[in-house]
Amino acid sequence: MNASTGKTPILAADGTPLRKSLARSLRQQKLRALMLIAPLLVFIFVAFIMPIVSMLMRSVENDIVSDTLPLTVNALQSWDAQSGELPDEAVYAAFAADIKQAALAKEHTKVGLRLNYEQSGIASLFKKTARAAVKWDIETDGPFKEKLLKIHRNWGNVEIWQALKVHSPEVTSGYFLNAVDMRKTVDGPDWQPEEKQILLVLFKRTLFMSLVITFSCIALGYPVAWLLANLPMRHANMLMILVLLPFWTSLLVRTSAWKVMLQQQGVINEVLVYMGMVADDGRLVLINNEIGTIVAMTHILLPFMILPMYSVMQTIPPSYLRAAKSLGATNWTAFWRVYFPQSVPGIGAGSILVFILAIGYYITPEIVGGTKGVFISNRIAYHIMESLNWGLAAALGTILLLAVLVLYWTYDKIVGIDNVKLGG
Amino acid sequence: MKFNLTVVTAASVSLLAGAALAGSHMASEMTIVSWGGAYSKSQLKAYHEPYSEMTGVTILNDDSSSTAVAKLRAMSEAGNITWDVVDVEAAPAMQLCDEGLAMEIDPDTMLAAAPDGTPAAEDFGDMLVSSCFIPQIVYSTTFGYRTDLVGDKAPDSVCAVFDTATYPGKRSLFGVPINNMEWALLCDGVEKADIYDVLETEEGQAQAFAKLDTIKDDVIWVSAGADTPQLLADGEVVMGATYNGRLFSVIEEQKQPVAMIWDGQVMDLDGWIIPAGLSPERQARALDYIMFATDTQRLADQAKWISYGPARKSSAPLVGKHAELGIEMGPHMPTAPQNLSRAFLMNYDFWADYRDDFDAKFQAWLAK
Repeated sequence: MNASTGKTPILAADGTPLRKSLARSLRQQKLRALMLIAPLLVFIFVAFIMPIVSMLMRSVENDIVSDTLPLTVNALQSWDAQSGELPDEAVYAAFAADIKQAALAKEHTKVGLRLNYEQSGIASLFKKTARAAVKWDIETDGPFKEKLLKIHRNWGNVEIWQALKVHSPEVTSGYFLNAVDMRKTVDGPDWQPEEKQILLVLFKRTLFMSLVITFSCIALGYPVAWLLANLPMRHANMLMILVLLPFWTSLLVRTSAWKVMLQQQGVINEVLVYMGMVADDGRLVLINNEIGTIVAMTHILLPFMILPMYSVMQTIPPSYLRAAKSLGATNWTAFWRVYFPQSVPGIGAGSILVFILAIGYYITPEIVGGTKGVFISNRIAYHIMESLNWGLAAALGTILLLAVLVLYWTYDKIVGIDNVKLGG
Repeated sequence: MKFNLTVVTAASVSLLAGAALAGSHMASEMTIVSWGGAYSKSQLKAYHEPYSEMTGVTILNDDSSSTAVAKLRAMSEAGNITWDVVDVEAAPAMQLCDEGLAMEIDPDTMLAAAPDGTPAAEDFGDMLVSSCFIPQIVYSTTFGYRTDLVGDKAPDSVCAVFDTATYPGKRSLFGVPINNMEWALLCDGVEKADIYDVLETEEGQAQAFAKLDTIKDDVIWVSAGADTPQLLADGEVVMGATYNGRLFSVIEEQKQPVAMIWDGQVMDLDGWIIPAGLSPERQARALDYIMFATDTQRLADQAKWISYGPARKSSAPLVGKHAELGIEMGPHMPTAPQNLSRAFLMNYDFWADYRDDFDAKFQAWLAK
């Protein structure tokens, strides 16, 4: 050890260098803290993140085709799908062997359902073929091209074979293409026929209407939040109960109540007709369209806007406004230049909450939206619950999730996420 | 003589032991999934209560039928099936069967024969549309109209829906292609027998959409069976499509000024499936329940509580009066001769192939 004392490590009581000893005890503390939250972390991972990830994975998984029809997928490799000609006997024989095997294992209907999403008619084609195939002897009963063509003329339809080839890889972009109104073809991605294009329209509608709902919530919620923050406690409490009241009522009841209000023989139209503002045969159409969805959802989501706004406004000292006025500002200038900028974090928090909730709603649009007011979530629900096309549903869900993340990122860039406060 | 007695005793002892053994091999609790509301009540009265009384089994009810297909698939993937018997419509039952999620049923050994000895397969006849599906009732989607809003000429044909000149006002239809496409072609002059052949072609689909275009602005598109009854009761629509049981309750129970057009009713089936992959005890219990609940008398009993027709031929003569209203239920069944003659039979295979394709087209058409 030389004279340069700066390099001499300071020792702890047990003789180890203090720096090391400190780091160790810090690490232990951190570990202990981690242990404390570990159950929560594990819970979130197992119950929240894993199911979502596994659901999202379905948007690209496609091993069912190559698992069920391995010989056919292999034989189709050498077939030129773009030639427009039918594959040769080898492919038909491979398919005959596969479908027999699949039929014996009762797997043929599953792959039939999968391919039917891409090419209508395959489901029944596979079922019909499998019924005959179980009786075949693959070694001696050839040639199978004739046999298959005899079962159904569609085996002579080149599109069926193209669909089989295009959708044979284990990982597919097909669901994502379907989710944006496109499809996989032998010539690469192509648009769906025009009469089937619906999903992009719904994405745009969902985003646009969620924005409209968010802005109407701001417009209606801001004055209420201001009143809540500035009224004397007694009145403010009363008002707070009114704001929270909707939370105590079932979502379905609230939505159905709007039906009673908005329909053509409903309360609003009756009053307008009674007052002579609307002709009896010209009653307003307020429900089963966009208006119905916007009105009902604004009502339902309003508390999510008011509460963050209120908690931010509560922290703005009233003396600032008085000071501004005493310095000569008009009411408007004082509000706009002094009060409003301080309330922006509340608006930001409320908007994010309302927008994200709105974008994933489907019960309310389903009940009051008719056909012009339904969202992309209604299609996701259809594919999860009825068509069982979970791959497409997962792709739609992933896109929706990404859209929210992109918007969140943009919001962070423009407004700054530090500028969002839920209170205090 | 002594020898005979011994044989008889031995035989009866072994029989008793067998029965006791069978009993102990069945689960003592089961979960039955159905639709809820009046429909579940009819099943409770006709099936569950007598079955529980007879066997002492606890029956748990789950009103999840509307989401049964997706839930059953999720349960099967998770390897934990909590349902024993599930009530679904015919088309989802076929879907479940194709996905391998429902157990195959042998009607000759697993279903009760008719009282006169007719085997179950013959008694159910054409109703056995899938090898996994045990039909229970026949229901139909048909139209009801407001008697006070249609003027002097009561509509007698399903094509009144497309006749906005004679019957102005809104009408309600389900916002799905099934049924609507068929009605559109039927009222555009296509023969009943040719409808599905025509629908398979592009021109046929264009024809159906063109016909629907003529009333598009006059339609309120609904999604639930309860919507049309509400719209009719509030006078929001002149006529609308829903299930015949819903219309029965609007007309007979709520006494609204509504009447039914049976013409062009599309008949469909509702029934049971047993999930695939149950443990042997639970499966035995489920099969035992099914054997009981789908016999001739039980199916006829259900019609006392709701106006859906029993799926067995042998049950039809046993249908009596409504248990609470005292109305003769026979004429209110979709299967009653005067209603049946004007019915339209849905083609399940066609819709299994084309539903997704048409649904996308239909939604795109609605959004236009």
